[in-house]
Amino acid sequence: MTGPGALPRTYRPRPSIWWWVRKRSYLLFVLRELSSVFVAWFVALTLALVWSVERGAEQYERLLDVLSNPFAVALNVVALAFLLLHTITWFNLTPKAMPIRLFGARVPPVAIVAAQWAAFAAVSAFVIWLVVG
Amino acid sequence: MADTMTMRVTRYEPDLDHEPRTQDFSIPLRDNWVVLDGLNYIKDQLDGTLSYRWSCRMGICGSCGMMVDDEPVLTCATFLVDYAPGPIRVEPLANFPVVRDLVVDISDFIERLPRVSPWLVRHEDEPVDDGEYLQTPGELAEYEQYSMCINCMLCYSACPVYGLDPGFIGPAAIALAQRYNLDSRDQGAADRLDVLIHPDGLWGCTFVGECTTACPKDVDPAGAIQRYKLTAAIETLKSYVEGPS
Amino acid sequence: MPHRSAEPLAWLAFSAGGVLAAVFAPVVLFLAGLALPLGWISADHAHLDDVLSHLLTRIVLLGICVAALFHFAHRFRYTLYDGLQLARYGTVITAGCYGLAMLGSAAAAAVLLLNR
Ligand code: SF4
Ligand code: FES
Repeated sequence: MTGPGALPRTYRPRPSIWWWVRKRSYLLFVLRELSSVFVAWFVALTLALVWSVERGAEQYERLLDVLSNPFAVALNVVALAFLLLHTITWFNLTPKAMPIRLFGARVPPVAIVAAQWAAFAAVSAFVIWLVVG
Repeated sequence: MADTMTMRVTRYEPDLDHEPRTQDFSIPLRDNWVVLDGLNYIKDQLDGTLSYRWSCRMGICGSCGMMVDDEPVLTCATFLVDYAPGPIRVEPLANFPVVRDLVVDISDFIERLPRVSPWLVRHEDEPVDDGEYLQTPGELAEYEQYSMCINCMLCYSACPVYGLDPGFIGPAAIALAQRYNLDSRDQGAADRLDVLIHPDGLWGCTFVGECTTACPKDVDPAGAIQRYKLTAAIETLKSYVEGPS
Repeated sequence: MPHRSAEPLAWLAFSAGGVLAAVFAPVVLFLAGLALPLGWISADHAHLDDVLSHLLTRIVLLGICVAALFHFAHRFRYTLYDGLQLARYGTVITAGCYGLAMLGSAAAAAVLLLNR
């Protein structure tokens, strides 16, 4: 059928631009990657807070005022959800990316994940304590 | 339980079809039948022109990988009853060009495997009189998991990055590189690093993790890639500190 | 010697930022974005000013901000590559993402270090 030396004709489907909606795990992956946008938002918000607090009590109140309008609150609820998604996925992947050995034995992945959550709890408590005083 | 099932099989005949189509077959549904048994039934009893690859029927040759209901699986290790009442869809492995029916062109994969020197590299051999290269159970455990790969390419099929950018060297090749890098008898880590630190090597991977989910042999290519990224990054830092050699 | 490319360094920054963001970002966002504006907890300004103007706080915050921005740049770059299949505009995207991270880092340094 095909002449000598002719390559077989193959069919190569074009990947759809929507490839990531096709599967739950792909969708979760893309959401995880999008959390990076909210990591940037977290930086912006942190800087805004520092800047406003430094300008004095009035500027600080003004910032809180802006942030308490419904749109800002909605945005921050979404942002918090994405940041938690980032934390959960990041902690879960750590034991895969770096298996840790202690006394010659592999530390079980659950222990690594648990240790990270303990650190998370400690840091969160410390930050809240710092702010509330 | 119904004793037949519809199997919806992708057909593609390059001289006749512009693109793949599907064809339904009614096959017996038996408790101990795997998808491959269904395909063999079709070929023996219903349509001898159906093309697909298989060999060992025991999950070791790695040639029977296909998409079953959109998941890459070994068809010899996937039971029909798990998909009852059907219809069950059988398609060629995703991310590879289709040659005919369920057969895909794997030359891309075959070409890239040797790039990572998947064998024991020695810069100097010990004299034969010194005996074998001995290894402790601990040293074996370091790489054993990665040596289980059967080159079935399910991980390539599951990987969206490979699907989008076929230049990406891909999960199994990197896991295979780790298999030898972590072997105490091997000395080729630096050569492999040169290959994998290339933009088409490690860095395209964004840790989707689907390769690990798909792997029938628990090789965990995703973990291998992440671990290797860390090694590669540290080696690069070292090279900056030490300056050009 | 491994081929010198910036990619491994970008990945290291991405990882460092990922760890820091995973640990710090939720609580900070919870406080600054929800708890304080909505009055769930109240912190008086003078105390907050004390805490935030401490040099150590500033340095820690700068580290977190810069790493987090490079985390964002790296991940968002690959999201554009793969999610939207824009890899062919790789150079522009790369320059844009890391450029943004650098600008952001400069802004963070200005806010955190200069104004004291
Ligand atoms: S790593 Fe697993 S899925 Fe990939 S080729 Fe090897 S055995 Fe198959
Ligand atoms: S036929 Fe050999 S792995 Fe399935």
